[in-house]
Amino acid sequence: MAEPTDLENLRRGTDLVKRGFARMQQGGVIMDVVTREQARIAEDIGAVAVMALEAVPADIRKRGGVARMPDPANVEGIIDEVSIPAMGKSRIGHRKEAEILEALGVDMIDESEVLTPADDRYHIDKREFTAPFVCGARNLQEALRRIDEGAAMIRTKGEAGTGDVNQAVHHQRNIKGAIRQLTGMNHEEREKWAREHEAPGHLVHETAEMGRLPVVNFAAGGIATPADAALMMYHGCDGIFVGSGVFGAEDPERMGTAIVDAVNDWDNPEALAQVAGAAGSGMSGESNASLPEEEQLQDRGV
Amino acid sequence: MRVAVVGVQGDVAEHVTAVERAAASRGHAVEATAVRNAGVVPDCDAVALPGGESTTISRLLHRRDIAPELVAHVEAGKPLFATCAGLIVAARDARDSRVETLDVLDVAVDRNAFGRQRDSFESRLDVAGLDDPFPAVFIRAPAVADVGPDVEVLATVDGQPVAVREGPVVGLAFHPELTDDFRLHDVALFDPLAGD
Repeated sequence: MAEPTDLENLRRGTDLVKRGFARMQQGGVIMDVVTREQARIAEDIGAVAVMALEAVPADIRKRGGVARMPDPANVEGIIDEVSIPAMGKSRIGHRKEAEILEALGVDMIDESEVLTPADDRYHIDKREFTAPFVCGARNLQEALRRIDEGAAMIRTKGEAGTGDVNQAVHHQRNIKGAIRQLTGMNHEEREKWAREHEAPGHLVHETAEMGRLPVVNFAAGGIATPADAALMMYHGCDGIFVGSGVFGAEDPERMGTAIVDAVNDWDNPEALAQVAGAAGSGMSGESNASLPEEEQLQDRGV
Repeated sequence: MRVAVVGVQGDVAEHVTAVERAAASRGHAVEATAVRNAGVVPDCDAVALPGGESTTISRLLHRRDIAPELVAHVEAGKPLFATCAGLIVAARDARDSRVETLDVLDVAVDRNAFGRQRDSFESRLDVAGLDDPFPAVFIRAPAVADVGPDVEVLATVDGQPVAVREGPVVGLAFHPELTDDFRLHDVALFDPLAGD
């Protein structure tokens, strides 16, 4: 047997460890939960991780007021309840909420536009944290700015709490389309693109050379049915966040199970038909088109 | 030669790339396929079982009828390379009723043995059979707690086994597919097939 390695020469919180964690979530469904009972159900129906928050986005919309990080006692309860990773949402730019979540032991922090932003100019400098972060983006330049700040995972913003997948599709098409454009450009054209879009140059080049984002890219915001989840996989997402779509559905267990299956069967219409038929009815939702600008969450933190 | 990368959940694409690189280094023509349905594993010469979430992966392997094919694959003496969550799923016992294991590797495994994500780490690791240390990435990693009589321990961290071999099965608590180093893919998947 080889010489034993001891615990002293270990490096924690490196980019590889943070981005690697995000990679393990691929092909999975991350479900929003408000209570430990919901967390239990989410793990049982096959979620890869749970996202702790104070109220699901659809309820945050209805309720109005300031939306903040979840109650620490509730986060601890959710962490204790499940063996899968537990994530938590902090407000954009609220370094202290993020530090509290990290101290509680959450496995990933979502610096999320669904909560009321604490800073209208800056996001959290995420590089200094040991915990990995996920951030929302509407397009490639936003995604690359967040990665430059240290995000280990990108998700589409979509329009959370609506049950309308339209904006998640729009954002994913923006990201993929821009990457295709960059791939066909030479060095100076990419430099110009970076300047015009206020995107970090080194990440523009890296993305163009890889032909994809350097971190995993999930779908989020308005995904309410198995067909919605399959659609986002078709658009090249690496996995799915479901907010109000599971616990806002008629039968959360059936809906959650069906969405997990749909992510595996997204390219198999016969199987998908069976999966969709077993889901029960989805959350009622509200069309994106009817939302006045001040009620849109996606324009927060660009 | 055909290699299946079990693809129901986890870092599947990374394993496919590592398998292809390892094969190319030997001059093998290998087709590496991500597998989400039953019916493919029986036609494959070797199988990689990636990292991800062991609860989700074990649930999907049984729901999608891939689990019995993996058991038959190992019973036929063909190589299985199981990393992190894959190690948990392959084990005799995950010490957790939420994971239904395949019992193709005679070890008991403790999930999240090193702690939560904030405790995840990377380290150079000495592995039996490799000349130079391996860049090992541990993510909410398990550790082997109890080793059966026919299981060889290849590496340890803090006294806990993190790499083991039993016959055609190699299990790792860490993620070789997250680095550019494909030596362990080579050892686990292609060494046993070298005589063919």
